[in-house]
Amino acid sequence: MSNSPMIELIDVSKRFAGTDADAVEHLSLTIEQGEVVALVGPSGCGKTTTLRMINRLIEPSSGKVTVAGSDVSAVPLHELRRNIGYVIQQVGLFPHRTVEQNIATVPSLLGWDSDRVRSRVDELVDLVAIDRSILQRYPSELSGGQRQRVGVARALAADPPVLLMDEPFGAVDPVVREHLQRELLDLQARLRKTIVFVTHDIDEAILVGDRVAILNTGGVLEQFAMPGELLAHPANPFVAGFLGTDRAIKRLSLLPIDGSSLEPLPPDGIDYHSAGAIDIGVSLKEALDAIVSGNGHHVAVFDGTVCLGVVTIDMIHRRLAG
Amino acid sequence: MTLVAQTSNQPLIVWDWIGRNLANIWDRTVEHIVLTVIAVGIGIVVSVVLSLIALRWRRSYPPITWITGLLYTIPSLALFTFLVPFTGLSLLTAEIGLVSYTLLILVRTMVTGIDEVPPAVLEAADAMGYSRRDRFLRIEVPLALPVIITGVRLATVTIIGLVTVTSLIGLGGLGYFILRGLQTFSSPIGTTQIFVGTALSIVLAVSADLSLVGVERILTPWREKRIG
Ligand SMILES: Nc1ncnc2c1ncn2[C@@H]1O[C@H](COP(=O)(O)OP(=O)(O)O)[C@@H](O)[C@H]1O
Ligand SMILES: [Mg+2]
Repeated sequence: MSNSPMIELIDVSKRFAGTDADAVEHLSLTIEQGEVVALVGPSGCGKTTTLRMINRLIEPSSGKVTVAGSDVSAVPLHELRRNIGYVIQQVGLFPHRTVEQNIATVPSLLGWDSDRVRSRVDELVDLVAIDRSILQRYPSELSGGQRQRVGVARALAADPPVLLMDEPFGAVDPVVREHLQRELLDLQARLRKTIVFVTHDIDEAILVGDRVAILNTGGVLEQFAMPGELLAHPANPFVAGFLGTDRAIKRLSLLPIDGSSLEPLPPDGIDYHSAGAIDIGVSLKEALDAIVSGNGHHVAVFDGTVCLGVVTIDMIHRRLAG
Repeated sequence: MTLVAQTSNQPLIVWDWIGRNLANIWDRTVEHIVLTVIAVGIGIVVSVVLSLIALRWRRSYPPITWITGLLYTIPSLALFTFLVPFTGLSLLTAEIGLVSYTLLILVRTMVTGIDEVPPAVLEAADAMGYSRRDRFLRIEVPLALPVIITGVRLATVTIIGLVTVTSLIGLGGLGYFILRGLQTFSSPIGTTQIFVGTALSIVLAVSADLSLVGVERILTPWREKRIG
């Protein structure tokens, strides 16, 4: 099972009753265990529809969806859904239940005894960085960021192998969104869930996705690749247009500084003041930023207090070409 | 202490009369409460059934509101007059009339309360693996309670007012005093009886409303702090 795909959409189409075009048309998508796949595309292109066909909130008109190798239409609905966490933009916390009760929803449905539920809630609180003091509050008393964290904790409660997220951070302000994105990546580094992450924001897709699927109207899959590949070789003008006019800069943000290929310091030394200095841990995007805001030629790279060499404009250019 | 009408020296309220008739006033008050509780109780049961039908088969909702709306608009006097030949001057007649006035309010608020549960909450419940029945009982009904209780409050206050009309068929709770008072309107005893009947009806209505607000507070502790 470890090398068979976790989720497979096989030639899936959906036409809603009363409409005369497919919302999703002959879509095939294979998602491996433990990866984050970002589904991105313009509004109305069928992202939500695609996501909901995985946990059967929407039934496909044709085609087949499998999760962990089983045809989802053959698995009892409640069993399927309790093994798939689901997080949406509006969160959908139950307003009449406390944070603790919300998080405990699926374990309670599964009939866990109360000690087990309580210790699981305790784990989750640490996992998603919720302050224990809010456990007895009601959702109306929380901030947007807190609600979203509780929503994630609730989705993870029964430790489902699959997590579906539909624009989960779309309703929070940019600062909180960035926090939540980082936290999700940290969480994923520990949990290794299979995550399908829907967003209309290409930058978010590039940040969170191990692979990114770019959809066009009608759920047409335009390209499905790793972010670097997508940015380096967009398959067609639609993809290129969707990625935006700063593709090279976006690629740089994905590329780390290669410590082994730094150029040595110039023999006559370096004027750090005009050249600027960066840490070895940052991306080439930050290196470029330091160069263009410094002397325009190079920037010194430090590991702590040790200067390792310099990154030059030429090196950055070669990395993009290679 | 005596309230005095400006045009004459006759007192408007004869406090002695009240003292002499306390037992009767008590009995009529209890009768008033019993008539109300029976009417609202049966009204709730019938409305739950009608609402379930309306929610299950949406196309039945317009006819249900149409019929309950019609019942609501029939003048109560006319309704009792119509019923008496069939069911006599009885509790049954009174309750048929009273219950029929609760249905529109209760069905409307029950259906609206369920309809107003946010779609995202329903979506989340489905995605967590709730069955339709559990979702309805454990998510939708609790969340509809504030609206439903508002309906119960309205229905209760309406019925407390309407019970007085059943004095015309020999019941009436506190309406008995109002009717008697009207028959002897020019005498001080008459105005006293009208005063007692009216004042106690108002007290009952206000207390019932406040108690139901209390019930709502207990049943929906999750609601944001709010006024009224
Ligand atoms: N329940 C529905 N009934 C009819 N049309 C729908 C329904 N849900 C979505 N659609 C249509 O299907 C298309 C794709 O919708 P959706 O999957 O929500 O797009 P996205 O999530 O990418 O914005 C849109 O044209 C939308 O109007
Ligand atoms: Mg959507």
